[in-house]
Amino acid sequence: MKKLSIAAAAASAIALTVSAMPAQAGEQLDAIVDRDELICGVNTGLAGFGIADSQGVWTGFDVEYCRALALAILGDSSKVSFVPLSSVQRFPALQAGEVDILSRNTTWTLTRDASLGATFAGTWFYDGQGFMVRAEDGIGSLEDMNGASVCVESGTTTELNLADVFAARGIDYEPVLFEALQEVLTAFFEGRCDVYTTDASALAAVRTANAPNPDDYVILPDLISKEPLGPMLRRGDDELYAISRWVLFAALEAEEKGVTSENVDDMLANSTDPTVQRLLGGSGEMGALLGLRNEWAYDIISEFGNYGEMYERNITPLGLPRGLNALWTDGGIQYAPPVR
Amino acid sequence: MADITNTGANFVPTEARPAPLAVRPGPLTWLKENLFNTWYNALITLIVIWALANWIPALFDWFVTSALWEAAPADACREVAGACWAFVYEKWRFILFGTYPFEQQWRPGAAVILFIGLVVVSCFKPMWNKSLLVIWPVGLVVCWILLSGGILGLDYVPNNLWGGLPITLMLAVIGCLLAFPVSIALALGRRSNMPIIKAFCVGYIELIRGVPLITVLFMASVMFPLFMPEGLTIDKLLRAQVAIIMFAAAYLAEVVRGGLQAIPKGQYEAADSMGLSYWQSMVFIILPQALKITIPPQVNTFIGMFKDTSLVLIVGIFDLMFTMRVAINDLEWRAYYIEGMVFVAILYFLFCYSMSKYSQWLEGELHRGHKRL
Amino acid sequence: MTDHVHSGAGLPGPSAPTPKTAPKTNLLYSEKFRAIIYQVVLIAVVIGVGFFLVSNTLANLAARGINSGYGFLGVRAGFDIGEALIEYTNDDTYGRALLVGILNTIKVAIFGIVLATIVGVIMGIARLSSNWLVAKFASFYVEVLRNIPLLLHLFFIYGLLINILPRPRDSWTLLPGVFLSNRGLKYPVMAEDPIWLWIIIAMLAGAVGAYFVARRADRIQAETGQRPRTLLPSLGLIFGAGFAVWLIGGAPTAVNAPELRGFNFQGGQSLSPEFLALLLGLTIYTSAFIAEIVRSGIQAVNYGQTEAAKAVGLNPGNTLRLVVLPQALRVIIPPITSQYLNLTKNSSLAIAIGYPDLVSVGNTALNQSGQAIEIIAIFMTVYLSLSLITSLFMNWYNGRIALTER
Repeated sequence: MKKLSIAAAAASAIALTVSAMPAQAGEQLDAIVDRDELICGVNTGLAGFGIADSQGVWTGFDVEYCRALALAILGDSSKVSFVPLSSVQRFPALQAGEVDILSRNTTWTLTRDASLGATFAGTWFYDGQGFMVRAEDGIGSLEDMNGASVCVESGTTTELNLADVFAARGIDYEPVLFEALQEVLTAFFEGRCDVYTTDASALAAVRTANAPNPDDYVILPDLISKEPLGPMLRRGDDELYAISRWVLFAALEAEEKGVTSENVDDMLANSTDPTVQRLLGGSGEMGALLGLRNEWAYDIISEFGNYGEMYERNITPLGLPRGLNALWTDGGIQYAPPVR
Repeated sequence: MADITNTGANFVPTEARPAPLAVRPGPLTWLKENLFNTWYNALITLIVIWALANWIPALFDWFVTSALWEAAPADACREVAGACWAFVYEKWRFILFGTYPFEQQWRPGAAVILFIGLVVVSCFKPMWNKSLLVIWPVGLVVCWILLSGGILGLDYVPNNLWGGLPITLMLAVIGCLLAFPVSIALALGRRSNMPIIKAFCVGYIELIRGVPLITVLFMASVMFPLFMPEGLTIDKLLRAQVAIIMFAAAYLAEVVRGGLQAIPKGQYEAADSMGLSYWQSMVFIILPQALKITIPPQVNTFIGMFKDTSLVLIVGIFDLMFTMRVAINDLEWRAYYIEGMVFVAILYFLFCYSMSKYSQWLEGELHRGHKRL
Repeated sequence: MTDHVHSGAGLPGPSAPTPKTAPKTNLLYSEKFRAIIYQVVLIAVVIGVGFFLVSNTLANLAARGINSGYGFLGVRAGFDIGEALIEYTNDDTYGRALLVGILNTIKVAIFGIVLATIVGVIMGIARLSSNWLVAKFASFYVEVLRNIPLLLHLFFIYGLLINILPRPRDSWTLLPGVFLSNRGLKYPVMAEDPIWLWIIIAMLAGAVGAYFVARRADRIQAETGQRPRTLLPSLGLIFGAGFAVWLIGGAPTAVNAPELRGFNFQGGQSLSPEFLALLLGLTIYTSAFIAEIVRSGIQAVNYGQTEAAKAVGLNPGNTLRLVVLPQALRVIIPPITSQYLNLTKNSSLAIAIGYPDLVSVGNTALNQSGQAIEIIAIFMTVYLSLSLITSLFMNWYNGRIALTER
């Protein structure tokens, strides 16, 4: 009896959390402020991007973005709770309002932007799809993979790129698909597959953090796709959208202007650069325009540092050079619009 | 005919057979009767003994003798040939309670004990009266307060941090508990003569019983958000719980229907002749008898649901199976996945086996009272 | 089942109207009238809830820009599938991808049902064995295995398979040409040749012939009490027909054998570790339940039947085969049918270990296309149909073996 089940659901719903989250402009933001907590969807455990230690404390590049956003909106970087999501669970969770924002190495594509009722705030990390193999197998390029078994996470762009590229080059392979990252890793490291493919950054993370002996594994230089990874939000709240974009840009702008967590107080007091003063709240009302405190960017930088510092803290230990993620002034493509 | 005409031969009685053995058969006789009674049984016995002689010492050695029985770092396990129970020492709290705040884990521990206590108390026949209607809601509310907190000086712990055994127990126990009244309604509806109600109940029961639990869980996790009005979201755990209730209700309904069918027609007629209304006769005459005789199959359905709750890991709920998966994926300890699985298997086995023994015992017990000669 | 007095349309009912209020309350106390009211209320609730859900869903789909409908089945899927019984590439459609999944589900279900039945019947009989060791072993098997969740069986077996089995280049050679490695079981098959199709047809024809041989034997047995030998003629018909066609077709002997090349074996056929793990898990778990059913079925046969069989001089094997099992089957078939249904439904756990069954492929399709409602509807329809087909078949079989009473 559906009727009774629903009655039962309603009864328990009083006990469990039921939250109303209409998607009119500003209301997602209001909901976050009312709740006094940001709910952030993250990876189930990817070193460098989003991983919990045994005490349940989350760290990583994607995680720091969420903390910075919570700091900007709520004034406290600890007012954020993290929901680990598999690649398959992430979009339904965002759509259903279980999380406010998805900061979970998600690739920005046209289909996702247009058809999921969600939108990307920007690119937090430029990536590309790569391949990891065993050193002893002597695989140097994609063409050497004929007949290989390839482990891949299902429900990802990786899965589709793999099929396209291998079909185009006429490489015969056996796909081994799992829904959960942990299953994929177990299968690869136990030898079920010869090749593991995903974003190059994740490969580096896995090699450093999950491989029994990192030197036994090689990441090939070939990249077969563009994978711009960024935070994703539900549509319909332009205020929240603007804030999430500008948290990202503030970190970039700070790096470009040489503002770091060490010198931020000094810069605020002594810098004569009007951009720095506008960014840190020394002059103008930039925070108020976004509906935030004026020192929002100052808080972020003094707590987390600029984009480069976050990168160095989280990604550099994985052995990944800045590459495309260097600032446009350093030969990369990370670029923030002017703060004015 | 030949016998009659045949004369002359005298009747010679055959010798009396020896009296049966007065003493209990000795061990040798027992062996002979139970293991070597025929040549092929002897052969099978020898083969089985040979196999056991090969396997049992090896297994015992792995499990016990060569195993590492104390808390130790993962490196120490590489030295031993047997099982690495240090894994269980290291991870048991995570496997049982998941990501629940470490220093607060006495709370889910107490909730688990309370849950088990509620089930055990309900297993005793003298308790089968209205007191259960008080004990259960009170017990569940206390469990809820323990897990969730936020009052009585307990810190609030949101349910996305809950995990492990409390989740498994909660999904199974609350699932079957809330499914029970639904299942009675469905079973009565299925036996009703109102065509539309009957069709609805038959359709529901057969639809749910015809599809795997996973599809119902998928429906709850992927489709349910689409069913709700814009902006209303219902917690992931609650959605899984509702799916399990809906699923269990269909199976329990068939059990209840079996019980209703087993009640002799005379009982229905007697109730009618007493002038009882439909609901009166159901509540006071039919259901008490029907439900009583269906308790053993209900317990079996509950065992099935208890095992099936492990499927919620596929929709990302942190139950006992999920915490075990996470624990054995720890890089350092990955080599000791067998120990992790054995630990969880023993937990599941203890719960299911004791319940199935209870159900068997109860069947005999109930049968005794009802048997008519 | 017979229904009871509550049908009660015409009955005055227990709450027969007292004379005082009779004219006014007559209608309310009429069970017929109440039945109509109840049903109208139910219809109203169902329609109301249905309307609520459908309108919400439509609004949500519109808000998210998701096109509903089954049009996506004709769209290019774009993803690959590890093992398929029919030709499939990533250029094929979602519809074909789901068909691959359905066939994989059917494949593992059929293999699982056959194996679980064999193991289950053996274990069920073993539990009643007069050999104490065998009986104890069988009861240990049953009690341990059915009290552990199937999902744990699957994780355990799959973990063992990929850990213990060697990499392809060190694979175990079970038989010449049959290799077991962590890529699965590779075995040789006869090289493709149109003649094999004809041989299969000839053997089927032989099987039809064997059926008539058995019918004739039944008739002779009924008339004379002597049963002519049927085993050899039947086998002769089946294999003789196949052999004859093979000879006519030029006796091809080319074999397509697996051969280690690069990473993996090329050629031959293979069963993946995911398939093997799922099959083993389903077989072991379900056989424990089947063993219990077989045991109670055999125990339900009156012991006098066994004694009577002994009295007419049947040996224990024939007693079981000719007297006990045929009677036990009548008790066994209905519960075993529901075990077959459970096994089919449980095969959906394939998703946990990466075997591309319907749910696993459908889940990928769901994520790539976003068509949640349609795909879950397909899941339900397919499993309901599989359940229905299995039930119909087993009911037909049950009807055949049911006691014909005169």
